[in-house]
Amino acid sequence: MYDFQYHRPASVDDAIKTLNGTSDGKILSGGMTLLPTMKQRLASPSDLVDLAAIAALRGIKADAKTVRIGAMTVHYDVHASADVKKAIPALSVLAGGIGDPMVRHRGTIGGSIANSDPSADYPAAVIGLGATITTNKRDIAADSFFKGLFETALEPGEVITAVTFPIPKRAGYAKFRQPASRYAMVGVFVAETASGVRVGVTGAGPCAYRVKAMEDALAKNFSADAIKDIKVPSDGLNADIHGSAEYRAHLVNVMAQRAVAAAK
Amino acid sequence: MPQVSMTVNGKAASIAVEARTLLVEYLRDHMRLTGTHVGCDTTQCGACTVHIDGKAVKSCTILAVQCEGAKVTTIEGLAQGDKLHPMQESFKEHHGLQCGFCTPGMVMAGIDIRRRHPNASEETVRHELEGNICRCTGYHNIVKAIMHAKM
Repeated sequence: MYDFQYHRPASVDDAIKTLNGTSDGKILSGGMTLLPTMKQRLASPSDLVDLAAIAALRGIKADAKTVRIGAMTVHYDVHASADVKKAIPALSVLAGGIGDPMVRHRGTIGGSIANSDPSADYPAAVIGLGATITTNKRDIAADSFFKGLFETALEPGEVITAVTFPIPKRAGYAKFRQPASRYAMVGVFVAETASGVRVGVTGAGPCAYRVKAMEDALAKNFSADAIKDIKVPSDGLNADIHGSAEYRAHLVNVMAQRAVAAAK
Repeated sequence: MPQVSMTVNGKAASIAVEARTLLVEYLRDHMRLTGTHVGCDTTQCGACTVHIDGKAVKSCTILAVQCEGAKVTTIEGLAQGDKLHPMQESFKEHHGLQCGFCTPGMVMAGIDIRRRHPNASEETVRHELEGNICRCTGYHNIVKAIMHAKM
């Protein structure tokens, strides 16, 4: 790892001011992706602006319609939250299946979403529930947030402060884990929300996306049977030594059926 | 260089280190606490597991500067004099080690598992150990040791 200047601001405003004053600074949240990337010298930021001291970015608030999670809330806290378990049990299941216990003690929801890793779990829930991503500048709808491989709608000098999930009537998440890394080869988050059924897929494409054909079928009949014959196109899907695009397309269907069956 | 202060095994430490210094390097290279091992250095094997403010964390994937003011416990901080920690005692009792390289991380992870799951089943322990790799594949006795530790 190359050396850098470390900053630990106490407010979001200070963090942005500090970041804007650096030549090539990066925001550090949990560091579960950024630090390994820096260790491999795939990234060498001039500065790291650590958000850990900003208490306002941590915590979970639920009301009758939404669950709002601060960007620096770690996966373990989302998984263990009584509010999340009650309002969106599938989100608790998802958070409890990220990485391993030590990673869940450090990794944050904001960091995961901002990174837009094609096989991260949270993007599936953000898309599947139609969450709203709040930054220091604006609110961004889930459908306009993920732009591509490691690419989001975030602008320079913009930082996620919270993610707000609408509480669905029911939702389920199922993923096929890459056997060594435990990342989602394919993960599907299915939700029946006030605004209709949504199907969010991670792991299969360059970034999380929706499957309209499944949403339409599930809107008519919310059952695994209703989608079992829907073929997901493999065009543009990820392919690597772990699985071809066709294999991933097939997994989308299987995981979607499991997610529907698990929905509550 | 940033001056980084934390409490390690109950004692105050304050050392000037480069910002890029990992917690595991702070512990091993600067404090000479070499019980915490580096197995993979890529956040996968868990040999470097320590407790930060009571929670298991991989010390190869956190900067020392991020631990400013934290309470860190390493494998060296578990025993009280000659009296082993119940988890260490259980690893001894159940022969929960072969070559021993992953053992410090397994013991630290095991304590954290039992903190979160006081009556953990075999299935729970096996699932919770997915971030700790034993290259000897000696999981069977490690799982037994974690389940049966008299915490």
